Amino acid sequence: MLDVKIHNLSLKNPVLTASGTFGYGEEFADFIDLSRLGGIIVKGTTGSHREGNAYPRMAETPSGMLNAVGLQNAGVDVFCQKTYPRICDIDTNIIVNVSGSSIEEYCETAAKIDALDKIPAIELNISCPNVKKGGMGFGTDPKMAAQVVGEVRKVYHKTLIVKLTPNVTSIADIAKAVEEAGADSVSLINTMLGMAVDVERRRPVLSTITGGLSGPAVKPVAVRMVWQVAKAVKIPVIGLGGIASANDALEFLMAGATAVQIGTANFLDPTVTVKVVDGLQDYLNRHNIKDIHDIIGMI
Amino acid sequence: MKKHIADFVIAEKKTIGSSYFTLLLKSPEALPEILPGQFVEVEVPDNKEVFLRRPISIHDVDYAANTITLLVQVVGKGTRTLSQLAEGRTLNLVYPLGNGFAIDGQKPLLVGGGAGIAPLLYTAKKYSEKGIRPAILLGGRTAELIPVKEEFRPYGEMFFATEDGSLGEKGLVTQHPAFGQSYDSILTCGPTPMMKAVARHALQNGIRCQVSLENTMACGVGACLCCVTKTDHGHRCVCKDGPVFDVKDMTEWAES
Repeated sequence: MLDVKIHNLSLKNPVLTASGTFGYGEEFADFIDLSRLGGIIVKGTTGSHREGNAYPRMAETPSGMLNAVGLQNAGVDVFCQKTYPRICDIDTNIIVNVSGSSIEEYCETAAKIDALDKIPAIELNISCPNVKKGGMGFGTDPKMAAQVVGEVRKVYHKTLIVKLTPNVTSIADIAKAVEEAGADSVSLINTMLGMAVDVERRRPVLSTITGGLSGPAVKPVAVRMVWQVAKAVKIPVIGLGGIASANDALEFLMAGATAVQIGTANFLDPTVTVKVVDGLQDYLNRHNIKDIHDIIGMI
Repeated sequence: MKKHIADFVIAEKKTIGSSYFTLLLKSPEALPEILPGQFVEVEVPDNKEVFLRRPISIHDVDYAANTITLLVQVVGKGTRTLSQLAEGRTLNLVYPLGNGFAIDGQKPLLVGGGAGIAPLLYTAKKYSEKGIRPAILLGGRTAELIPVKEEFRPYGEMFFATEDGSLGEKGLVTQHPAFGQSYDSILTCGPTPMMKAVARHALQNGIRCQVSLENTMACGVGACLCCVTKTDHGHRCVCKDGPVFDVKDMTEWAES
């Protein structure tokens, strides 16, 4: 049995896709049966259209990559009117990642998504490192994190997941603050702030100078933080950061994650998500484990 | 068009001059329809420093033999590693990606520069299938840096421009007498300054013009939004909305 629950949200298996790495799911429909996923967390959505940062937005790094996309998206109204009707009947949980520059923007966007019948949850992104205003600023201070989550909680009535940044001294303190403010779950980690220099041109690779590091390079940090947060809160934890195989996912589950997200690995192998689902089932079979819950948080 | 992920075998590798090579890749299965100007995302084996796939233009397609040819310039660690792989090795491709060139016009001009010549061979063949012989203008700093020449000859009238004068006219492709002739469609791929000059000429003279861009990419399918270019309608993904763009949507880009 691979099914798990994140508050009221039932997942057929614990494998979700990470926001910003899987588009709206449609981009991967040629490669895999999307209904085999536990859920799809779609691209970060803001109150209005955003152009994002200038190119170049990406730098390849050892076992990973930096990105500085900067929340490019068409805005929540276009999502509700155009994107939602196209994707809402995919037979899996479609979860919307909600971002913003102000508490008002987070609340307005969350309220509009709340009205969409077939979106059972949002992931509140208080951890984007690539926007000038808001974003990670809300996620690095326990008081501000609690404030934005508390306000969104008033207008959003379904499962509220809060995505945390690793760019803090104590991620457990942030997790506890958002739990107290009404979060139903926390997901971690967003990207780690990094930087790369083009030595031939003698300037930063990214137009924004700094960007967010993802991929296998961050995995040990992510596993450690999931373990710390799982010990500190009672709400379910969703783990992400460098997962590219079932074994990677198992590390997060054993460290305390109830579900996982696969991000950057989708760029290397567009079929990786279903391979992880199959690999988890194989692991349970091989070890004669009936229920995935028997290994969740065992460490 | 349905995208695929599949293993190909390197059936033949040829070195061209000091910086180019071709890979003839054979699929064990029938190829899907591939449009001229589309590209593949190649997994680069054997090099731990290469994390992402590499986007590479499709140079030629042989449906009877189930082969794709890639023409590659060694520019960094990914392409260098690909250049060192032996025949018989397996390469994993995600393909065919992007929108491709529209094969239109009765009197077309193809303008290629350096590695940007790669997608134009299959494009010229597609014109040939329609009974149209395009003018083909290829340029490079030197004759050696124009990797493919004679292969084009059956499909159109050839012109060359080199900055050192070692082949054809001395100078840039946009200074070549053939460039100023009358055409009803221009298709171009090459260095960005060259494509911008071609695009400005086309815009000034009201000629339909398609440019094929090459930005660094991660996913190749429009999911990560890393490879965007500025267009007159905002940022668009080179991988999914391109790599081919009509210059009527790229007027700011052409002037920048």
